[in-house]
Formats: sequence, structure tokens, C-alpha cells
Amino acid sequence: MLGGMLTFFFLVIFGLPLAPSIILAILISTIVGITFERLAIRPLKNAKPIRLIIITIGASIFMRGAAMLIWGKDTHALPAFSGNDPLYIAQATILPQHLWIFAITILIIIASRLFFNHSIIGKAMRACAYNAQVASLVGIDVKIMVMLSFAVSAAIGSMAGIIIAPLTMTSYDVGIMLGLKGFCAVIIGGMSSGLGTVLGGLLLGLLEALGAGFISASYKDAIAFIILLLILFFRPEGLFKKKETERV
Amino acid sequence: MAIFISRKLKTMLKIKNINTYYGQVHALKNVSLHLTEGEIVTLIGANGAGKTTLLNSLSGIVPSRSGQILFNDTPINDLYAHQIVKMGISQVPEGRQVFKPLSVEDNLELGAYLYNRKRADKTETKKTGEMVYGLFPILKERRKQLAGTLSGGELQMLSIGRALMARPKLLLLDEPSMGLAPMVAQEIFQVIGNLSREKKTTILLVEQNARAALKLANRGYVLETGRLILEGTAASLLENKEVQRAYLGKDKKEIWER
Ligand SMILES: Nc1ncnc2c1ncn2[C@@H]1O[C@H](COP(=O)(O)OP(=O)(O)OP(=O)(O)O)[C@@H](O)[C@H]1O
Ligand SMILES: [Mg+2]
Repeated sequence: MLGGMLTFFFLVIFGLPLAPSIILAILISTIVGITFERLAIRPLKNAKPIRLIIITIGASIFMRGAAMLIWGKDTHALPAFSGNDPLYIAQATILPQHLWIFAITILIIIASRLFFNHSIIGKAMRACAYNAQVASLVGIDVKIMVMLSFAVSAAIGSMAGIIIAPLTMTSYDVGIMLGLKGFCAVIIGGMSSGLGTVLGGLLLGLLEALGAGFISASYKDAIAFIILLLILFFRPEGLFKKKETERV
Repeated sequence: MAIFISRKLKTMLKIKNINTYYGQVHALKNVSLHLTEGEIVTLIGANGAGKTTLLNSLSGIVPSRSGQILFNDTPINDLYAHQIVKMGISQVPEGRQVFKPLSVEDNLELGAYLYNRKRADKTETKKTGEMVYGLFPILKERRKQLAGTLSGGELQMLSIGRALMARPKLLLLDEPSMGLAPMVAQEIFQVIGNLSREKKTTILLVEQNARAALKLANRGYVLETGRLILEGTAASLLENKEVQRAYLGKDKKEIWER
């Protein structure tokens, strides 16, 4: 939401070109993410995850409210990054924006893989996620890592909001349904596997479309959540994740 | 003719009257101890005596509420855990806590996290890595493997290796032999002895296996319910009746023999 709205704001109100608007929007969303961590998460030392989740939900409601006050309730469309003329590829029509979404998603997945598997900072973040106390014993500043993880997720989140905004429009309250669907995709794919999540998303989209076709379009969203529940009941580790083989 | 070079050995660590609490629980009561450069000192005590708490107070994980900790004459009470590692104190935590989702190699790389900025440091890190692989050749064989797939002994070696990657001046070891087969435990003790002899690393060794620890150490302290009740040279503690009864299990044998 923030990414899309901020981009729209810079683009239309300030009349900046698209690329700088996007960069500024991502930058500001990242700063908002970091500020949120400093003000709302860090003061709670050793809080349980459920409390942090509730605080996060609260903060997102607050930010939606603020966005509504600042920018109003109107829905805005971002222009597509490179025109709206559909492309015809082997008899299928596809919008250029779809290709942008696809390419940027792949890029983000590859970049995050490289970051978490090959850079020392990425590895340090994984170490913190696994065991923060021991991470501090090897000299990692856990607070910085937490802040960094908020920055990274805010940046990626705003990026996602921006690339889909030309298709879905953007307004003060987009993002909730998307967030929930994204959560479904993660659960279906199995946590902590970027590719699994993408496959999960793909599967979810297909099932939704099939369900909409065979049953009724008005059940489209319900189908997503029914699948989520089924997965959580019968295969909580996700469809694509190998069962953990861990020795203790 | 023998020439005696007298070099005054420095006190490296000085703990003065620290008190540590978990909420209301008073876990360390007026504990004072010191370590001289190059020494191996062992801390023995029963379950729940406060040994881990003492190491964690030193490492900044559970800061002490009062008292003073001096490391090479610098107070370190108020430093964060990661800053204490930077000062040169590394802990091998109890229970072989390595980063299981990461490879052996990555675990060691994270051990040298302090040194990820400067070029010169990195070549030194490489050397330290070779040294660690030299101490524990099995780790080199397993370096691409996820740490979660290692055996108990290998996990302990990795845990020690990871701490060594920070090139500590003072190494804190929390029950490194716990739950290991006697042969493996012995190998670990041997490595600790070598580190002290060859690398001149100062070592504070927490152990339940009092006999092995006292054989290796120069001096020892005995902790009982948060209080230090005894201290002395390792030899004198091995002879001490109280220690023999409570930690070396001599009396038991005599009773059984009677
Ligand atoms: N996180 C904690 N919260 C509350 N009390 C704790 C905590 N950790 C330890 N304690 C208490 O502090 C005391 C000392 O515990 P500590 O873990 O330091 O003992 P230990 O000597 O290391 O024992 P062991 O040999 O079993 O490892 C115990 O009474 C324990 O119950
Ligand atoms: Mg302990």
C-alpha cells in the first residue's frame, strides 16, 4: 500500500518521472519500516511472537488510517511501467506489466537467495533467527540484524506493492487481501523456501481460477482460505518442503 | 647454567563481588574470582550451582546487577555481548549450540564475524580456519554439510572451533564434555590443553567432570548454590576431602567397599 501510494504521490503530485518516484517510495517505505522497529518493536525486549504480531497488525491499521487521512479514500492507478499494449505470445495475450512483475519477482528471489546464502550479513541474519543469544556470543549485534530484517522486508514489500499497482490499482487499503493470499502461498509452499512460495502462489492462483470457473466466481477468495486450512490441518510443513531431518 | 627469566604474569580477568539475578532468583552471590594470563582455571559445581550464569554474566548475556568485572583492567560490566566478544572473550555455550541450519563452513565463518570488514583480517581468518581444521580434521571433511547433521562430538568440536575463529584471548567453555563418549571427551580435553600450551589462550573451564577438569587445570573454584565455597590449586582441590566427597565420588566408593 505504502509503496504504491508513495509512488503515485511522487509521480503525480510532484511530477517526478517513474523511476525516481519508485526509488524514493521504496526508500521512504524502508525508513518507515525501520522507524516502526525502533519505536514499536525494540522497546519490547523478549516479547512473545504473538504480541509482536498483534502490534504489527495494530501498526498497519494505524498506517492505513494515516494514509487515508493524507491521501483520501480514492483509488489511484499507477501507469504501467512500459505501456498497456498487450503482447501476443503463442496465442496468449499478456500485459507487459505481467512480465515486469514476473521478472522483478524472479530477481528478488535470486537476490535474496544470494544474500542469505552467500553474504556474511545474510548468514548472520539467519544465525540470529535461529538463536539470537548464541549469535551475540560470536559477536553479531542482534539489534542491528533485527533492524536490517525490518528494512529488507519493508523494501521488498513496497517493491511488491509498486509492481502490482498498475494492475490492481492502489489505495489506502490495498494489501490486506494480498497479504492474506501471500500468507496462503507461503503456507502452501512451506516456509523458508522462496521457490516453494512461488510455486504455492502459482498453485493457489490456478485453484482459485478453476474453482471460480467450476463453482462460482464469488467463492474465489473462500477457496484460497479453505485450501489454507486444509494444508494447515494435513500438511503443516507445506507441500514442497522435505520433512526436516535433524539430529539433536 | 640456567637463566631464569622472571616475567610478572598479568591478571587478565578480575571479577569482584558480582551479584546476578533472574528476576527474584539470586543466582550469583558475591562471587569474586580472577584469572592470570595463560592459566587454565576450572569452575566446578553441581547442577544449578550457577556455573552457566557466571559465564553468561561474563559474556554480557545475563548482566550482573552489582560488582565489577575487569578484563585487562577495563571494566566490561556494561558492555553488550557482541562488544565483549570484540574485547577478546569468547564463550562456547553449554549444550553444543551451533547454527544447525547453516553449513559447518558457514558456522566457522560466523565465528570470525568480527573480522569481516578489513582485508588484512581476512587473511588472518583464513589462517585461523586452517588452524581449526588442523585441530579437528573431521570438520574439514564435513565442511559443506549442514551443522544439524553432525554427531554430538562433532557438534562440540564445531562449537569450540567457532569460538576460536574470533581469536579470543580468554576462552570460556561450558561443560564441553557433557554427554560425550569418554574417548571423545578425552579428545576435547586434549585439544583444550593444546590450546593453552601452544596458543597461550587463557581458559575458564566449567565442568561436571571434576576429575578430568582438575587434572587439566592449574587452579580451580568450587561453586555451590551461587556462592564460591572453595578455591585453590588443582592439586590441592584434588586432595581436598570436601571436593573428593562431593565431586569426585571417593566416599561413595569407600562406603560401597565397606
Ligand atoms: N533463565 C532463567 N530464569 C530463571 N532462573 C534461572 C534461569 N537460568 C538459570 N536459572 C536458575 O539459576 C540457578 C543457576 O543456574 P545455572 O544454569 O547457572 O546452573 P549451572 O551451574 O550451569 O547448572 P548445570 O550444571 O545444570 O548447567 C538455578 O537455580 C537455575 O534454576
Ligand atoms: Mg550450566
